[in-house]
Amino acid sequence: MSRQPVIVGVSDAPTHERGRALPGTHVLSMQRDCANEALREAGLTMADVDGLAVAGMWGMPGPGAMQPNLLAEYLGIRFPKYLDGTNVGGSAFVLHAGHAYEMIKAGVCDTVLILYGSMQKSQAARSLGGRPALFSNQWDIVSGLPLPAGAYAMAANRHMHEFGSTRETLAEIAVSTRAWAELNPAAAFRGRMTMEDALNAAPIVDPLGRFDCCLVTDGGGAVVMTTEERTKDLKTKPIYMLGHGESASHVNINWMPNMARLEVAEHASKRAYAQAGRGPKDMDMAMIYDSFTITVLLTLEALGLCPLGDGKDFVKGQRTAPGGEFPLNTNGGGLSYCHPGMYGIFLLIEATRQLRGDAGKRQVKDLTNAVCHGTGGVLSSGATVILSNTKD
Amino acid sequence: MSYQKPIPNIDPDSAPYWEAAKQGKLMIQRCKVTGQAFLYSRQLTPGVVDNEVEWIESSGKGTIYSFTVARRPAGEAFATDVPYVIVSVELAEGARIMTNLVTDDPDSVAIGQPVEVVFDKVSDELTIPKFRHV
Repeated sequence: MSRQPVIVGVSDAPTHERGRALPGTHVLSMQRDCANEALREAGLTMADVDGLAVAGMWGMPGPGAMQPNLLAEYLGIRFPKYLDGTNVGGSAFVLHAGHAYEMIKAGVCDTVLILYGSMQKSQAARSLGGRPALFSNQWDIVSGLPLPAGAYAMAANRHMHEFGSTRETLAEIAVSTRAWAELNPAAAFRGRMTMEDALNAAPIVDPLGRFDCCLVTDGGGAVVMTTEERTKDLKTKPIYMLGHGESASHVNINWMPNMARLEVAEHASKRAYAQAGRGPKDMDMAMIYDSFTITVLLTLEALGLCPLGDGKDFVKGQRTAPGGEFPLNTNGGGLSYCHPGMYGIFLLIEATRQLRGDAGKRQVKDLTNAVCHGTGGVLSSGATVILSNTKD
Repeated sequence: MSYQKPIPNIDPDSAPYWEAAKQGKLMIQRCKVTGQAFLYSRQLTPGVVDNEVEWIESSGKGTIYSFTVARRPAGEAFATDVPYVIVSVELAEGARIMTNLVTDDPDSVAIGQPVEVVFDKVSDELTIPKFRHV
């Protein structure tokens, strides 16, 4: 037994009416409920928590600028030894898990709670415009680039130009993700989607249509990490974190070094694989942040699950759908399950459930290793985590 | 009616760019040491510690690096423009610039097409460098 970091508890907030938070919920109570549920399933209590990581867009301007302080106060976590409010977009929680790994392993703290909550759908908080034309965004905002979709659209056009991927490639991803959502009772959108549905959906920003874009929902989640040593009297099967990596390159899509290649994910995953001693060929499934279908295509290539430019063949013919050769985004993803604005925590939650064998009708058989990769901003930041149900 | 779309929060780094645009000039920055041309304007060369940076006037010629056609607007201010084109142009000098492509035919836009700068004076205070097909 050791200080090997493990995930021992996960929880996602229930929603209804296509992704609305339940009546009477608000952004703090949602996170309290998720935290309690994730701790409860592990057999831990709030008193065991001595590390707290959180990111979100709530409470700003105002106390949301200091979310770790606010949640320590609200939840009554007494003098945590590790605080993390790193916010680099929706990838943040995957970075938090990596940071928590190092803190736990080093003995700084024993039990870390990673938390997220959002009421963006109920509050109708999302718009394609309205952002300030500040710093490096002076050019795209003045030009009327719809954000974030337009930035991803530019990357999609460049990828298509360089590698011959097509709108059909992107539709394959939307359709296979929806097929997984059909098996997830918590998914906001579960109706059957065909290739024709995806290709004929309302255009938003060429080449992306409605079904290439993630949902806008409420939602939240919690992940509890501790040491392997601590798990001997806990209730859940521990899921080992074996490696992690992170990186960032830009805020504005025009300053992405190469729009056809997700280099932040190449850097992050390279470090994660090296630390884990397991490579892309060892991965039995992947949880990849699907803010847009193009995000998945770029990430598959960057994680080395296929060679650069071959993503179009990797996803062709519903290879990543239920029953296909490679399980991908088995919860239904940000495209069909939920997308409260910063989706990264749900990658960890679903991979943990799959590796435990707790994924219900969508359970994938014979799993050992899963790779999770979160993207933040407009392909701006990336973080990879390698999870496994065995460390041997 | 006054200009209703977002205007840049001009800062000391970007002021020379926007001031030059008012005079009908497209200015970009270049590292005096490496010769690398770049935008967005900064008082340093990206990745280099020193600030050996100069402003040069761009030829205004370039090719389309990538683009999108907005079928939905970035807020109400752009609603009557739909569909409109946002391009990333690779200038002949090497810097990449993001702006609008002025065209009546958004469906004809493609990566690699040659384009040139035009100056759109939207108010007394703001002129926006945009591009059109050559």
